[in-house]
Amino acid sequence: MLLIRCPYCEEERPELEFRNAGEAHVARPADIAAISDEDFEAFFFIRSNPKGIIYERWRHIHGCARFFNAVRDTVSDKFVMTYKAGEPKPKKLPGVAK
Amino acid sequence: MKKYSVFAIAREAMRGHKGWEAQWRSPEPKKEYDVIIVGAGGHGLGTAYYLAKEHGITNIAVLEKGWLGGGNTGRNTTIIRSNYLYDESAGIYDHALKLWDGLSQDLNYNVMYSPRGVMMLAHNIHDVQVFKRHIHANRLNGVDNEWLTPEQAKAYCPPLNIAAHARYPVMGAALQRRGGTARHDAVAWGYARAASARGVDIIQNCEVTGIKRAANGAVTGVETSKGFIGAKKVGVVASGHSSVLMNMAGVRMPLESYPLQALVSEPVKPVVPCVVMSNTVHAYISQSDKGELVIGAGTDQYISYSQTGGLHILEHTLDAICEMFPIFTRMKMLRSWGGIVDVTPDRSPILAKTPVKGLYVNCGWGTGGFKATPGSADVFAHTIARDEPHKINAPFTLERFRTGRLIDEAAAAAVAH
Ligand SMILES: Cc1cc2nc3c(=O)[nH]c(=O)nc-3n(C[C@H](O)[C@H](O)[C@H](O)COP(=O)(O)OP(=O)(O)OC[C@H]3O[C@@H](n4cnc5c(N)ncnc54)[C@H](O)[C@@H]3O)c2cc1C
Ligand SMILES: [Zn+2]
Repeated sequence: MLLIRCPYCEEERPELEFRNAGEAHVARPADIAAISDEDFEAFFFIRSNPKGIIYERWRHIHGCARFFNAVRDTVSDKFVMTYKAGEPKPKKLPGVAK
Repeated sequence: MKKYSVFAIAREAMRGHKGWEAQWRSPEPKKEYDVIIVGAGGHGLGTAYYLAKEHGITNIAVLEKGWLGGGNTGRNTTIIRSNYLYDESAGIYDHALKLWDGLSQDLNYNVMYSPRGVMMLAHNIHDVQVFKRHIHANRLNGVDNEWLTPEQAKAYCPPLNIAAHARYPVMGAALQRRGGTARHDAVAWGYARAASARGVDIIQNCEVTGIKRAANGAVTGVETSKGFIGAKKVGVVASGHSSVLMNMAGVRMPLESYPLQALVSEPVKPVVPCVVMSNTVHAYISQSDKGELVIGAGTDQYISYSQTGGLHILEHTLDAICEMFPIFTRMKMLRSWGGIVDVTPDRSPILAKTPVKGLYVNCGWGTGGFKATPGSADVFAHTIARDEPHKINAPFTLERFRTGRLIDEAAAAAVAH
């Protein structure tokens, strides 16, 4: 089971308190009815599914109930960091080469 | 290839079993092949076999980063059934079921296909309605599936708890009698041996690290840990790693890869005569010929390539198993493991040509592709050989996520195997 740090509650809690909410930083088009089928496919169905660093959303559903973002390595499942919703995608990752 | 038979066993018994040959060759890769298959699971090895057998293409390499059958093929709970909801699904899963029937003879290898029946339990009104809808849809497609009352379910599987006060009451069940299990390793080994005998090179410990394309975009070969290997046709059959490979050719996929776990108990005398599945409580159980209870759990909630999952997922499944089968509460579990499954948004596979010339993909089988192995391999071989899909896999395109022609088994199958 993962241990996840909620950036709002500022503590590590067991995964059971959280719900994964998919890839982060996928912006919903402002006028979704106007976009092309290609753009809708890319927004709705296509995912990066990376082997390595992933940016993903979590929700502390059985805690403060808030959404936040996390950076995790999908090979080791180790979290690099978590940050609040709305904050930009971190450019520098602590402890990660490249 | 020396044929396996009762005479071969007798002959070898007389001479101390010194005459058995290796089941497949382990050659070094050639510089170029007509077709390269990436991934030596059941679907990949089967594709190579049918390319050679049905389409006369034998200059084929199957490249495998680990050992053959070491992916999900060797990690799954081997449930075989074809009672999915939609016509397209009936087409492909039932094609597979028909091939399972003669597979041991075809391959001269005992894949231990055992049509012992797959029983899916209904625990609430919603389950009852959904399963009855499936039964009717299946009947229209000529796929067997029948409704059982709780008493009939208990008669078919005696250790089942159908008491009214049960934590997960059994309100009935759908039974596919032709469903069952097969020996997963034997499927990989049988296809490998038969393909190798027809000239297919199976190259293990050879990881594909890049897909090379010419100026016009067409595939020219693959970069591997054993150097560049040329081919004008490349088929990606890499389950959990399919999106990683397709990315190498610049194709982004509608896939997410999750851990899925299973576990086995200590071996006991025959007690579970069929396969029992419960989608609602996430538990699947059958008994292997060695006597172990083979139990499948659900997926973890996050993307991972770790081939391990959380312990709480297994606990949740065992909670359910103990409620449904109180007789097993004191059994010891011996081993658990995980595989990485590639899940599509509509829970149906992608078996198709791709926007890249010469690149084909067979993926998205998610939590339930073992059952489809022979059918999938057969139509994928057709797709590669003819450069056009077989009518059975024609609906399973990559483009359906753009056109909206989904084959939405998501509601129908959820995490089912
Ligand atoms: C725990 C568990 C239980 C399951 N239970 C069932 C069930 O009861 N019934 C059912 O129908 N299905 C079940 N499934 C799903 C089923 O196992 C898969 O859908 C099916 O086996 C996929 O077969 P495959 O040949 O496509 O993939 P795999 O057997 O995974 O083969 C793909 C191969 O590609 C290789 N590969 C990956 N990347 C590379 C690379 N870069 N270069 C070279 N090779 C590479 C991998 O090493 C692997 O061997 C289960 C899966 C799991 C994990
Ligand atoms: Zn919180």
